[in-house]
Amino acid sequence: MKNKKLSLNGHTLLLVITIALFIVLYAGGCIAYGAKGFSHLQTFCNVLITNAGLICVSCGLTCVMLTGGIDISVGALIAMDCMMLAVGMSKGIDAVPMIIIVLIVGLVFGLFQGYMVGYLNIQPFIVTMAGMFFCRGMTAVICTDQVSITEQINATFYKWANAKVTIPFGGYVNNKGKYMAPYVRPGVVVAILVLVLIYLMLRYTKFGRSLYAVGGNTQSATMMGLNTKMIKMKAYVLSSMLCSIGGICYCLNTMAGSVSQALGLEMDAISSAVIGGTLLTGGVGNVFGTFFGVLINGTISSIVKTNGKLASSWPNILTAALLFVFIVIQSVFAAIREKSKNK
Amino acid sequence: MEDNVVLTARGISMTFPGVKALENVDFTLRKGEIHALMGENGAGKSTLIKCLTGINDFEAGEIRIDGIDGPVKNHSTRDAQNVGISTVYQEVNLCPNLSVAENLFIGREPMTKLHTIDRKSYNKRSQVIMDELGISVDVTQNLENYSLAIQQMVAIARAVDMDCKVLILDEPTSSLDDEEVEKLFVLMRKLRDKGVGIIFVTHFLEQVYSVCDRITVLRDGHFVGEYTVEELPRVKLVAAMMGKDLDDLAEIKKEGAENAINNPIEISAKGLSHTGTVKPFNLDIHKGEVVGVAGLLGSGRSELARAIYGADKANTGTLSVNGKDVKINQPIDAINLGMGMLPDDRKAEGIIADLSVRENIILALQARKGMFKPLSRAKQEELADEYIKLLQVKTPNREALIKQLSGGNQQKVILARWLATNPDFLILDEPTRGIDIGTKSEIQKLIVKLAGEGKSILFISSEISEMLRTCSRMAIMRDGEKVGELDRELTQENVMKAIAGGDTEK
Repeated sequence: MKNKKLSLNGHTLLLVITIALFIVLYAGGCIAYGAKGFSHLQTFCNVLITNAGLICVSCGLTCVMLTGGIDISVGALIAMDCMMLAVGMSKGIDAVPMIIIVLIVGLVFGLFQGYMVGYLNIQPFIVTMAGMFFCRGMTAVICTDQVSITEQINATFYKWANAKVTIPFGGYVNNKGKYMAPYVRPGVVVAILVLVLIYLMLRYTKFGRSLYAVGGNTQSATMMGLNTKMIKMKAYVLSSMLCSIGGICYCLNTMAGSVSQALGLEMDAISSAVIGGTLLTGGVGNVFGTFFGVLINGTISSIVKTNGKLASSWPNILTAALLFVFIVIQSVFAAIREKSKNK
Repeated sequence: MEDNVVLTARGISMTFPGVKALENVDFTLRKGEIHALMGENGAGKSTLIKCLTGINDFEAGEIRIDGIDGPVKNHSTRDAQNVGISTVYQEVNLCPNLSVAENLFIGREPMTKLHTIDRKSYNKRSQVIMDELGISVDVTQNLENYSLAIQQMVAIARAVDMDCKVLILDEPTSSLDDEEVEKLFVLMRKLRDKGVGIIFVTHFLEQVYSVCDRITVLRDGHFVGEYTVEELPRVKLVAAMMGKDLDDLAEIKKEGAENAINNPIEISAKGLSHTGTVKPFNLDIHKGEVVGVAGLLGSGRSELARAIYGADKANTGTLSVNGKDVKINQPIDAINLGMGMLPDDRKAEGIIADLSVRENIILALQARKGMFKPLSRAKQEELADEYIKLLQVKTPNREALIKQLSGGNQQKVILARWLATNPDFLILDEPTRGIDIGTKSEIQKLIVKLAGEGKSILFISSEISEMLRTCSRMAIMRDGEKVGELDRELTQENVMKAIAGGDTEK
């Protein structure tokens, strides 16, 4: 029995592959661009800082994908959140009330989408596509210009954005002989907190397990006495809420609101989840994998940026290749399992 | 409520739009028995089960359950579970992506003080439950790693652990192999001995006799009777299901061409099969012969024909036409070889409701010629008129939409469609279902006449008497398998005995 537990099933193996791929990519980056400073811990921290918002969003999206659904409204919702924060604060509303407003908007938006999917049984793709257009449109209604958040506009928010959370190890001495301690921004702390909480929720709470049950077989879940409509709705509420939290993290990083912000971010989130082992059909996946999915995408961008010569479109092509490879691996595993079962 | 009885249903009636699905049906289940619910497809078994489990709202009658005062009316599966009725369906209703233990406990997990799921505790309890039932699994493994039989048993374990008094097994064995079925039976007997009342729905007669104590038979939504297994041998069970009383059946003289068997073989199937519907069979059909296919509904009668015709592409075996091996991948191949098939569900597979009588008649002929050689309008009209007259189709004119015709006339139009292609081999699946007696005998006469003209016919029907009247030989189907052929002493009794199989004592 003990041995059996250690043996990897397809899904854990996929996670191991994802993590291994991240390590290989990162190590490769360190070897190739060590001279340009890639091997400093700060490079990794920068990946986290850039992607803090995306980590939150991807965690929420993973929960939705576990139920077999999809939420493509997240990118536009982030743009709307950033615009609300930027315009709100430039109109003199303080940072904390503004954040509360953004979270409430996320909750209402999530309830609406969740109700449509869960109770009215409308295709999640259509519902969240409508949500996407709505948010993108509302962003422009709020303001069509790019609005920056400067120190004059809101000192508190500015302070948060520039706060450094230093890490007590992994520093380096720069060429002026000064010790540079690696640091992250507050947004990263929030993102890691979200990641851990969602991981625990998925594993140890009734709601978390019921997300898997709904994704595995909705009809069965209903037969087993679960309130599948409510569970689905909650998943979308969770996604929109986490997206709003991610939006705040994102805004702390960009310090601006603009209509074209976070364009296509929903696709980054979906691809991160898929690379991290979440099945689009639902029922399989875990936020830990999604986290590594985000890191892989972030590392690829970082490598391309450090290189400096490669065109900025290369990360897209590499992501495409990765997605393809992972989907093939997934279906190979599925085929192997079918075969071994019929033995 | 009398002792030992755990569930009674009295006078249950239920109507679906246009159909009386159940009429005044009684059912009694006792503690510690396995009770088979038998009937042909459409007899009302599923409807009755759904009334018990709260999926259907029955209109009249009452259900009583031991330990509960007053009649019980369930409105959902959940209600049914609360009064102790659990159901396990043909398709396993569990989540394959969760562990066995989670499948047993989801929705009612034990919690720790921190309000998180107590995984250790439910893993341990699950293992105990499975060990008690003698199912050897590692409960921490995902359900999808186990075979269908084990999954089925996990579903049963879940049902039983939820304190059920009545366990309904709705065709649980249809996707299991023999060995797995035997394992399931061991589990069923164990539960019976613990005092659970089990309702077992199956279409496998063998299984009824190897595991059940009592049988209730339904037919056309009516209650036929309740019997102990000992007092209802197979032949009588089949008779009860089909609604034919052996003693009442007058022998009918057949007018079919007896000596067609000496003609050359037209169609010969060797080891033909379609996975999941019909096991490998051999069948020879001579020129000018009418061969009947007899069996209960769902025994693989239609599936046998579909495998020959290419409607279900055969997985194994060979087919030869006039001694030449042929490959039929889809119906058009069969049509080009001179075959025609009248499907049993004429609404779904036969008529094109919004086309006219003429268009319906020329359809198969046109398909055979290919779309680039259209039949001229004049030719179409000529053909349509010819067959309307020949088959006496009652239609205002040849351009009337076929959906406006009565069922019997629609059937004639479809028959005309195939006759227009001048086929050498014709498959007729239930050609007389739902049509009046006069038209029935006309069609029967026509079949014999066509055979006399040298056409080979495969005739499938639920009415043994009509096959006796037309066929010179019969293939017997049981549980998806061709179990034999009868060519001599074709009598109602012999055919029914053959359909029932097993012990043929009276």
